[in-house]
Amino acid sequence: MPITRRKFVARSAVAGAGLLIGVRFSAPLLRAQEDAKGPKKPAPNPFDAWIHVKPDGKISLIVAKSEMGQGIRTGLAMILAEEAAVDMNSVSVEQAETRPDIYPHLGTGGSGSTMENYMPLRRAGATVRGLMITAAAARWNVPSAECVARKGTVLHGKSSRKASYGELADAAAKLPLPDQEKVKLKDEEDFELIGHAFPRVDIPAKVNGSAQFGIDVRVPDILFAVVARCATFGGKPAYFDAAKAKAVAGVHDVFEIPALGRDMFTAGGIVVVADSTWAAMKGRDALQITWDNGPAVSESSESLREALRAGSSKPGKRIRNDGDVDKPLPDGARRVEAVYEFPFLSHACMEPMNITVHAREGEAEVWAPTQSPDWVQGTVAKILDLKPPKVVVHTTLMGGGFGRRYMADYPAEAAQIAKVVGKPVQLVWSREDDMTHDFYRPAACHQLRGAVDRDGHPLVWSHSLASTSIGAYWDPPEKSEPENSEVGGAKQMPYAIPNMRLEYNAVPSSVPPLWWRSVEHSFNGFVVESFIDELAAAAKKDPVQFRKALLVKPANWKPKDDDDPDPARLRGVLELAAQKVGWGTPLAKGKGRGIATYHSFGSYIAEAAEVTVKGGSFKIDRIVAAIDCGQIVNPESVRAQAESAIIYGLSAALKNEITIKNGAVEQTNFDGYDPIRINEAPRIEVHLVNSKEDPGGMGEPALPPAAPAVANAIFAASGQRLRRLPFQLKTA
Amino acid sequence: MAAIHLVINNIPHEVEVSPDTPLLWVLRDKLNLTGTKYGCGMGLCGSCTVHLDGEAVRSCQTAISSVGTKKITTIEGLSADNTHPVQQAWIAEQVPQCGYCQPGQIMSAAALLAKTPKPTDDEIETAMVGNLCRCGMYQRIKLAIHRASMNAGKGV
Repeated sequence: MPITRRKFVARSAVAGAGLLIGVRFSAPLLRAQEDAKGPKKPAPNPFDAWIHVKPDGKISLIVAKSEMGQGIRTGLAMILAEEAAVDMNSVSVEQAETRPDIYPHLGTGGSGSTMENYMPLRRAGATVRGLMITAAAARWNVPSAECVARKGTVLHGKSSRKASYGELADAAAKLPLPDQEKVKLKDEEDFELIGHAFPRVDIPAKVNGSAQFGIDVRVPDILFAVVARCATFGGKPAYFDAAKAKAVAGVHDVFEIPALGRDMFTAGGIVVVADSTWAAMKGRDALQITWDNGPAVSESSESLREALRAGSSKPGKRIRNDGDVDKPLPDGARRVEAVYEFPFLSHACMEPMNITVHAREGEAEVWAPTQSPDWVQGTVAKILDLKPPKVVVHTTLMGGGFGRRYMADYPAEAAQIAKVVGKPVQLVWSREDDMTHDFYRPAACHQLRGAVDRDGHPLVWSHSLASTSIGAYWDPPEKSEPENSEVGGAKQMPYAIPNMRLEYNAVPSSVPPLWWRSVEHSFNGFVVESFIDELAAAAKKDPVQFRKALLVKPANWKPKDDDDPDPARLRGVLELAAQKVGWGTPLAKGKGRGIATYHSFGSYIAEAAEVTVKGGSFKIDRIVAAIDCGQIVNPESVRAQAESAIIYGLSAALKNEITIKNGAVEQTNFDGYDPIRINEAPRIEVHLVNSKEDPGGMGEPALPPAAPAVANAIFAASGQRLRRLPFQLKTA
Repeated sequence: MAAIHLVINNIPHEVEVSPDTPLLWVLRDKLNLTGTKYGCGMGLCGSCTVHLDGEAVRSCQTAISSVGTKKITTIEGLSADNTHPVQQAWIAEQVPQCGYCQPGQIMSAAALLAKTPKPTDDEIETAMVGNLCRCGMYQRIKLAIHRASMNAGKGV
């Protein structure tokens, strides 16, 4: 019998097996990401997770959320344990099987895991608690209202009777399910877990080497493979000689795999299979290959920079147009113009891409460090000519994801290899492979034109954005909306300026683009929060006061869409960050403060930076972050994610860029693309707003404000505007 | 190929590998000691850090033939039950996010503290600058090293 979407909590019970409850999540962001890789058939089963209360009282939350360091297994367990009234140590979060027929939303991304799951898990937890109380009351023949649930036990105070959830599970399973609308949730005032720091459940295994990442998978008879890919994007082997590679001790086989097109975008190349990763790498070094580089060889960072400048200099697709930005300016108005430029960026997860595939007769088994196990399953099944259910995918821990591990390119390569090898084979990307065949944060050029009147009121904000487009690359051409994943945050520019325009042009490139932590907010946050600072300077006003005056929330304000920020919350975090950094208090010569306030993925984050500029160099002394991410589940995870996103963003601001020469990436390892190290990491102070709004995401939104806060601080200290990333100061 | 004798975490091993094989890949692919991580293969990221006679070394840059009779300690040998003061401090400060670089971070920190029981911030930065953390947990790493330094003094 089909189960309607309206009943998001329903149940299926097996006698003697305890209580089983299905949970449906709402996943608007996740769906948006999944849509980018093509239409998805509706799943026949509407549940995204199952809660299993076992006869021993233990509760399993079986959920398709991958752990890549964000602490999601802890946060989800906390939500469930809170409402179910059980101890955290009786809840375990289990990685769901890759069964799109059972779990329709298997992806993890878009900072969405808490925001999607918060209310559904609260309701499901409250359902567990309610059923246990009803079952106990029936057993004792007392009114439910006289019973309370605490720490996995139902108590009847008057008769001093108690029963554990384990004892009650089978009886609870036979009860009719309460209507989700009538399930009584806990008062937020009574929360004992939600909003209170809780140690991460995944950490103990991560300090003794026992945590198993994808690259740590070891199964009997495992072989290891590496692939020699053409450095130039789109290039292919014209000729290869495997003799010397095959002579390397430990090498088993050498063969070619073809490049795969849309939806996979693999480079193809020459595979070396060996009995160890090292032997496979040595074998690859010994290959003699002549490459046919193909047309991308003419591409370089210089040619792209020209194309992006040209793209942002011409009229584009109009994304937003308020008032008239071309109207003549009044006397005494001051114009401001600025060009901001951004390079490609690599994700550079600490664990390079890898995956283990065992293709057997009529079936396959996969061990995948992936954000999208269902896509892995479909991809491997297609290449091995199997039905997806015949491909068992085990999702492992990930050594970082950042968007990169949403892709199915490395799974596709591994399936091609496994088909030939027949034994379990682990495909390992070397660091060089990972950096030179990543999918990159798009490169972009933004041209901004603005004006303030003689009293310093802003009149015009005109933004022309050109970038290499994720949508144009990934979507089928007939469906392409190239501005998707490029204009977010620029379109929702929150400051009340009467004449505002945003236009977009996609610039073609052979360099494959992708979501990189915070996606387009990584550049649009920088542009919006830098240019508003430039307008404040032109208006000769204090950057905090100038922003505050423009963050106006009309009495009848309603968000235009899910991404439309609430000006009052943006202003709230701005004020908090300013207060905590000591905005306006004196600083020593050579020091400066800057600020930025920004909304993305449902959260509002302002960051203030203090820097010291000396000659042509600078040091970040301090970053103060003020965070309103709605209802906080685990403050410990919120703080950790904020620290992490700030450092990730500052690596891009201070040091990292991927440059292209002859259609190939020039940086090959951490010497050329060196993220921030411990001696460069600023002190970070995180301040949390006690908010009762719906939970927002935290994986990404602390990233966008970090770079503009630092750039604005450098301006305050030195008068230099930094408009190109990574920053390069002029020597004094 | 040659038979090579090793003592890893106080357990003797014999492996048949070519002498230029880095210690990293012997640990990971021949002995299934996968706690030691591959990150860059060039000694740039520190994920593969182990101890040779107590000294922190990059196992990806250590040819197996150069180990000789030196005793190897990997993350698995620091303590399996998380009782080493550095592991305790890492849990107390909630250092790991993805956790991939942490075996290397912990081995570098343990080697530092063995030599310099009360390191300053500068000494910590000098000792840890070779260990990348893409999750950016550097502030917590510093706090955890100071915490381990205090606790080690108390015999914890």
